[in-house]
Amino acid sequence: MNINIEFYASLMKYLPPGKSRFRREVKVDDGITLSKLIQQYHISEQEAHLVLVNGHFVNCGEDRDSRELAEGDTVSIWPPVAGG
Amino acid sequence: MSWTRNVLRVDLSKGSCTSEPLNMEWAKLYLGQRGLASKYLSEEVDPKCDPLGPENKFIMTTGPLTGTMASTSGRYSCVTKGPLTGAIACSNSGGYFGAELKNAGWDMIIFEGKSDKPVYLLLQDDKAELRDATHLWGKTAWETDDIIHATHQEPQMRIATIGRTAENGCLYAAVINDKHRAAGRSGVGTVMASKNLKAVAVRGTQGIGNVEDANAFMQATNDGKAVLAENAVTGQGLPAFGTQVLMNVINGIGGLPARNMRDVGFEGAEHISAEAMAEPRASDGKPNLTTNAACFGCTIACGRISTVDPTHFSVKDKPQYQGASGGLEYEAAWALGADTGVDDLDALTYVNFLCNEDGMDPITYGATVAAAMEMFEDGNITTEHTGGIELTFGNAEAFVAITEQFCQGGTFAEDLGLGSKRLTEKYGRPELSMTVKGQEFPAYDPRGIQGIGLNYATSNRGACHLRGYTIASEVLGIPVKTELNDTDGKPELVKAFQDATALVDSSGLCIFTTFAWGMDNIAPQIDAACEGDWSVENCLEVGERVWNMERLFNEAAGFTADDDKLPKRLLEEAIKDGPTKGQVNRLGEMLPKYYEVRGWTADGKIPEETRKRLSL
Repeated sequence: MNINIEFYASLMKYLPPGKSRFRREVKVDDGITLSKLIQQYHISEQEAHLVLVNGHFVNCGEDRDSRELAEGDTVSIWPPVAGG
Repeated sequence: MSWTRNVLRVDLSKGSCTSEPLNMEWAKLYLGQRGLASKYLSEEVDPKCDPLGPENKFIMTTGPLTGTMASTSGRYSCVTKGPLTGAIACSNSGGYFGAELKNAGWDMIIFEGKSDKPVYLLLQDDKAELRDATHLWGKTAWETDDIIHATHQEPQMRIATIGRTAENGCLYAAVINDKHRAAGRSGVGTVMASKNLKAVAVRGTQGIGNVEDANAFMQATNDGKAVLAENAVTGQGLPAFGTQVLMNVINGIGGLPARNMRDVGFEGAEHISAEAMAEPRASDGKPNLTTNAACFGCTIACGRISTVDPTHFSVKDKPQYQGASGGLEYEAAWALGADTGVDDLDALTYVNFLCNEDGMDPITYGATVAAAMEMFEDGNITTEHTGGIELTFGNAEAFVAITEQFCQGGTFAEDLGLGSKRLTEKYGRPELSMTVKGQEFPAYDPRGIQGIGLNYATSNRGACHLRGYTIASEVLGIPVKTELNDTDGKPELVKAFQDATALVDSSGLCIFTTFAWGMDNIAPQIDAACEGDWSVENCLEVGERVWNMERLFNEAAGFTADDDKLPKRLLEEAIKDGPTKGQVNRLGEMLPKYYEVRGWTADGKIPEETRKRLSL
């Protein structure tokens, strides 16, 4: 199935080659979990600080282990960041 | 003791400068900077006074840790009654001016009265004199800085000044120090202008050698620096990407307001984000971001130094704007960008330069232009008002043109200088002002993020993220993640952030340290520097006392619980799409509990019992 991945800030280095600034459409195994996807791109648990699926937070740990992705989902990941 | 214990009192009406001892009884209760100067203001100024009248006072103040070896110790504040809001105003700035003031031997300068002609204060250690500034009136902040430096031939002199917008009566003019750091909010620069005070130039060579326990201070500050360095946010995220990294985060979660908060979610967000700032551009192969930058003593260095593409329409015929200067930070980028619908990074960087050059708060300025744009699109404002400029959302050329016109005091400048509350009232659309107590919102939509709405509504200086940055918890998970759309627990969260922030703002340190530091990292640094009890518990009580004192000032100025509110748009117009679709801010669920946890009455008053507990 196809999903969209968005890796921001220092995580842009983990993106596969492509034209968009921080977004790629990628093919993944049907029903892949969020944790497996993050591992697949070699992003550590510490680096995957803020993780959204379709704009909604998914907490670290069991939530990500059990969250299965669906066709067309957008997964957005940030390292620890702040501002204000 | 770390305080210098010296206050400089400048009577602008008489032209006199006198030294007096710092009130140490107050220092023990209010620490310094925001807290202590607000205490002086509360005691010396009638809260009902005209903010732009000679009876108002203007205080430049450091904290006990300003200028010391503690990390981020470059902070100072401008405290006064604010002309934009009529409430107590305290605007905090970094750069190098604050540390220089402390090194000159002063905890604070209290300006009172009004000079009969433009003057600037020249302060060289203990020598203070008012100098004629007639030749500086009408100059920008950058020109003023250059002229004063050239006059005194002292490159290490630090200068805080107003630009032309303050002189022209803009109600949200900033005080600009070191050319691109700003005490930005609430119109503190306008108060300087009302006193005919153009600038303060300081050179300090005395050092700060009076910490209470030098060994303990070195240990505590070194421990603090290690925590900042090891923390992923303060050690890596902020120096590399700055605060602008939030543009895509807040847009991603459905919390980024756009087009005068008519919409939530901005399709152009990525083009004005930190990631975009780091990309090499086609014309010269250089990115917008030239380098990061640190204020005095800072080991985080979140500041942005940027250049505009030299081929961009805004600067291509203006070589003076093609060099590197203070770049976009998140709140400014949002107000100038998403809120106006403009996604042209170079145009926004140029407008940001102009905000620094002519001294206006970019948050209120951007939000006021956004309100004007909505009224232009609705036909309330026309090209007859704007001098022919098509002031539509997303029009970068129009935004640049209206800003240049504004800085020069041209057509429509007087209207834009009113701020959005007075502007929308003037054109019959008061519901389009996105303000609390007359001050414009920063970059987080209270419909998508509940707690920040409560903080905005109850902020003592009007809508402001820096009075209680619950975004740290609600979005960023610092220190713990709370749910965006929950209202349970948010009153307690808001109070905790507001009180802790009031303490940090009274210390001389930067609030950004709190992304890594808790009060258990901060209190030992204050305790080692200052005489008295500066335990965690006492620090938190001082923060709570400062918050309540500010509230009492506002109460005496005429504010009531009715002013703790949000615009109707944020309470009734639900978000149209995106992850937060359907949400409004549920202030009514949070406000009664907030009053309760603060120990206030149901109508938001501070009862005798709470005053007594806080020694107020």
